[in-house]
Formats: sequence, structure tokens, C-alpha cells
Amino acid sequence: MRDAYLKYMLTIKNLHASIEDKEILKGIDLEIKPGEVHAIMGPNGSGKSTLSSVIAGNEDFEQTEGEIIFENEEISELAPEERAHKGLFLSFQYPVEIPGVSVTNFMRASVNAHRKAQGKEDMPANEMLKLIREKSKMLEIDRKFLSRSLNQGFSGGEKKRNEIFQMAMLEPKLAILDETDSGLDIDALKVVANGVNKLRSKDNSVLLITHYQRLLNYIVPDVVHVMIDGKIVKSGGKELALELEERGYDWIKTEKV
Amino acid sequence: MELKDKLVSSFLAFEEEYGGENDDLHNIRNQAIKDFEQFGFPGRKEEAWKYTSLKSVLKHDYSFFPKKNDSIEYRDIKEYLINDIDTYNLVFIDGVYASHLSNTTHDKIDVCLMSSALNKSPYKAVIDNYFNKIAPKNGINSLNTAFTREGAYIHIHKNKMADKPIQIVNFSTGKETAMFLQPRNLIVVDENSHVQIIERHQSLTDSPVLTNSVTEIFADKRAIVDYYKIQNDKSDASLIDNTFIEQKAESLCSVHTFSLGGKLTRNNLNFYQKGERIDSTLKGITIIEGKQHVDHNTLVHHIEPNCESHQDYKGIFDENSTGVFNGKVLVEKEAQQTNAYQSNNNVLLNDKATINSKPQLEIFADDVRCSHGCTIGQLDEIALHYLRSRGIPKKEAQGLLMYAFANNVLDSVKIPELKKRINTQIAHKLGVEVGFNL
Repeated sequence: MRDAYLKYMLTIKNLHASIEDKEILKGIDLEIKPGEVHAIMGPNGSGKSTLSSVIAGNEDFEQTEGEIIFENEEISELAPEERAHKGLFLSFQYPVEIPGVSVTNFMRASVNAHRKAQGKEDMPANEMLKLIREKSKMLEIDRKFLSRSLNQGFSGGEKKRNEIFQMAMLEPKLAILDETDSGLDIDALKVVANGVNKLRSKDNSVLLITHYQRLLNYIVPDVVHVMIDGKIVKSGGKELALELEERGYDWIKTEKV
Repeated sequence: MELKDKLVSSFLAFEEEYGGENDDLHNIRNQAIKDFEQFGFPGRKEEAWKYTSLKSVLKHDYSFFPKKNDSIEYRDIKEYLINDIDTYNLVFIDGVYASHLSNTTHDKIDVCLMSSALNKSPYKAVIDNYFNKIAPKNGINSLNTAFTREGAYIHIHKNKMADKPIQIVNFSTGKETAMFLQPRNLIVVDENSHVQIIERHQSLTDSPVLTNSVTEIFADKRAIVDYYKIQNDKSDASLIDNTFIEQKAESLCSVHTFSLGGKLTRNNLNFYQKGERIDSTLKGITIIEGKQHVDHNTLVHHIEPNCESHQDYKGIFDENSTGVFNGKVLVEKEAQQTNAYQSNNNVLLNDKATINSKPQLEIFADDVRCSHGCTIGQLDEIALHYLRSRGIPKKEAQGLLMYAFANNVLDSVKIPELKKRINTQIAHKLGVEVGFNL
């Protein structure tokens, strides 16, 4: 049974992070409850992708201050794979091409690594096949695609769809989707949104990072945050996204002053 | 006494015992020992041996003429053979033919012994035409020629196809303390013929072994020869492999070398293209650690027009291991429309591991397409992070990336069981589990 008293899925307190001594995140506070969908919007270079990388444990960034608490546990010191095992998933803005490793072999290694961390046996091959078929069907992924090398020669849309396929396979507690909508045409966007919505439940949370309001028509957020220059400067309901779409970001900057 | 002197003074005794009646061979051997006396073993002052020193392998007090060892049974060697398919097998134990472990034929093709071919009249014409014709005179080749005694003799007659792969396996058992072996193979593939050969040198002991092997291969018009070398030997076993391939028009020859273990391994692999529309393929995977050393020294000699060559060598070096790739492509003035590709990619997993990569292109023709590329690097950190963020632990993720890096060299292996075997060995070595398909 899940912890019925769990108030927050993710709590971020005063998070500062830099890359090569340049500070990008300048004190982020964020609280996401189980079952909620949050969206972070903001202009280019505001630090949105850095925030997702730091939460996922990318070692290129140095967390200089603050706390990241995932399900009551401080995870700042954990390796990326350990964070994944706890139920954190990042859909990459730029999924990496790995020639020579097929999507299925990669997925098997990933699923079994999660199971091992939970003290479970490897998933039997037939069960794995069934799961792969089911999830790939949901995301309208061609079976031929699954035996190809991971992301190699995939179109932008295929890469993003493949990220959501991985998410569907792993069923994370918290999924962070970093610009998953970019590079998707409207049909692909609907398929991806459908996949994300299927994961939604009272126990699972989603953090969307996006430039555009478009995605939020299909995955409706509970809270929208605006990030500018490494800080969250405004938070509101889903109507805030529409306002941003209409008015841009400048008015917030002015309001802030 | 130094090894060189010891070898020279053993020659008379060798001639006495194994010299036989063949006067031509007697002359060839006598000339060869003179040449060896003159050249000696190559030293690091020679450009081609700059990065490989034989010093540490020449210091042992080797025995040259081991006694026959009859105690080896099939169960002792089974794991070193590709044993899940039907093959012809030529098995040698300490340089001596082991008939009880072999499977030869004279039915349409000859898969038999060098010692028989050298001494029996039906083979005289082939021996006269092909034996010792392409291996150039130098210290190591001449030494092998002087002591030629045993090895594989394979002749695929015109328009014939070897109905199954041939395995040539040389075992050493170290009944003597240290052993020096010099197998000599001759492979003649006539017009329109086809053969697949798997060769392995394997020590069954922890005593030092040094093998100086010479293989001459002749591929006549439109012949197809696929040769696979498995080098995964014990930590005190060293190999100097010298392979020479002469190709005639429209023949296709490939050599894949899998270097996964052994103390010191030097591969001298030479292709000579004597005809038009020839295709030569040289591929290698090297994955070593500890203090192991693997040196690939290749030559492709483009002599006539409209030919191709493809070289692809991948290396992964851990701990204190060292690698050398010295790939020479020589395109003669007449060899217009040559396509020659060469690539050598390496990953160093440790600060102490070394690779010396030296492409050498000498092009005298003006209408050719030649490319070469060489990379030396560490594993891609971004890819590593991507795999880890999907829950795959660092070590396993590194293994998966290395596997992916090396594995595409196997695409061109034509014997599925061999491909699977090497694939499994590589995966095992890199600590990854693979082979899951929809």
C-alpha cells in the first residue's frame, strides 16, 4: 500500500545549480502533490531544462544549494539510476542516439534494472514481449521500429514518441517531460498526450516543461508556473498558460519589478 | 644462448629428422635459415615494429620439437571449437597432427596436412606453384619457412564449394616448460570456388607459448574466401601471425580477427590484388585488459584498376593494455578507380591504456577514392547519462555502450554459429546481456 500520508510527491527548496561556475538556477521552490500535473513555462534560457536535468541527476550540473525531496527522501546525492529506480522519469528534450543497442534490448535492460533495484527477479521474456507489444500499440509505434538501434535515424517526432513509450513501460511515479511537444505534428501530439494521460492517476504526478500552451490543451495542468532567469516568478491555474500565450512574458517581468 | 642462435643451431637436427626426400624443399629451407641468420628477429628500430617489442616473449628457453602428446581427448578441447555445427577439423597438439580429433577429406576438395602435401607426389605441382611464393623474406617469415613441418593444406578445386566450414586449431599443452610453435598453412582456392575457414591458437597450459604462424592463401578468379581468426588465448601465450593473401580477378576475400586475449599478439595481414574488380575486407575487434598487447599491421596492395578494399578495426583497451594499428594502403599508378576505405576506432577505458594508431596511405594513381579515419576516445558521457537515467547502472551502461561500439564489426560474419559465439564472448567480456529479439 502506498503511503496514505504522503503529502508531496516532490518538494524542491531553494534550489541553486550551476554549470561550469555559471549559476543557472537561482533559488527554485516547488511542491507537487500526488496526482497533480504541473507545467513550467518560460522564455528560452530561463533554466527550465536545467531544472529537469538537475532533478534527474545529470552530473554535468552542480547543485550548489537547496534540497530535492522525492517522496519524503532527499535525493540530491543519488546517482541518476538510483533516482530512476525510485520512480523518477525524465523524457529528454534531445533523446540520445545509441547505435548498436536495439530499442527492445535497451528496454529490457532498463525494466530489469528497475526490478532488480526493487528486489524482484528479471521479467520473464514472454511477459516482457506482451508488455512491449501493448505499450507500443498504445503509442502507435511500428514493431519494426523496436528492433532498430535506439533513436538512430529516428525523426524528431519518433524520438519523442519513443520517450513516452519508455515512460509507459516504466510507469514512473513522477514523469518530467522536457519539451516533449517540440517537433511533434498535431497527430503525434495527440498520441503522446494520450499516452501521458493514461499514466495519470491519483498517485502519479507529471511535470511538463514547455514553451507553448498547445500541449496543455491535451494534458491539462493543475498548476502553471512561470520561470524567468532561474526563478519561478509566478504560479497560477491553467488559465495562466492562456494568458502567457496571449501576452508573452514581458508583462510578468514588469509586474515583478 | 640467445633464442636466435639456438634456433640456427637446431636447424641441422631438424633437417636430419624431418627433412624428407624433397630436394626443392630442402633448398628452400636452407636458404630460409640463412635469411633468418641474416635478418634475425625484428627489433623496435624497424619502423613496422616501433610499438611492439618481442623482447619479453623471446627471453624464454623454448623447446622447438615437442614430443607427441596423446593424452588430449575431445572433451579437453570441445569448448575451443565451434562445436554446434558440422565442420572439417584440422587439430594439432603441440605442432603435431592429432588424427583422433580431426576430420579431413579428399572428396572433391583437399583438407589435409602440410606434411603429407610436402612429401607426396600428387600434391607436388600445387606445392611447386604456391608454397613460399608470397611470404616475403624477413626474419619471422624465413624462420617459419626454415622449420616448415606441419600445418593445414587446403585445396578447393575449380568450381567446388567446401560443403562446410574448416576449423584449423593449434593447441599447446606445455608438457615441456616453454614451447615455440611454427605452423605453416597453405590454402589454394581455384576459380569459382568457395571456402570458409576458422583458425585458432589455444594454449591449454599456463607455461609460456610463442607461436610464429605463416599462412599463404591464393584466391583464383571469382573465388570467395572468408577467414576468421579467433585470438582469445591464455595470459602467457603469444602469437605472431603472418597471413598473405593473393587475389585474382573478381575474387572476394575477407579476414575477421577477434583479439580477446593473449600476452602479445601481432597480426601481419597482407593482401595483394592481382586482377581487376577484386574486393578485400579486413575487420577486427580487439578487447583487452591487464598487460595484454595486440598489434594489427595491415597491408592492402592495390595493383590493378577497379578494385576495392574495406578495413574496419575497433578496439577497447582497459587497464595497462596496449594496442597498435598500422594500416598501409598502397595504390599503384595502374590501379585507377580504386576504392579503399580504412577506419580504426578505439576506446580507452583507463588512463594507463595506450593505442598507437597509424594510417599509412601511399597513392600513386590519380583517379581513386581513398578514405581513412581514426578515433581515440572515451565513452560518450551523454549516452551514458541517458542510459543511467533509465535505471541502468553505470557499469552495465558502460558495457552496453562498448558492446554497441564493437558489435557492428560482426555484421559481415557469414557463419551464424560463429557470429553468435563471438557475440556472446564479447557480451560476456563486457558484462552485458543481449540477444533479446521480438
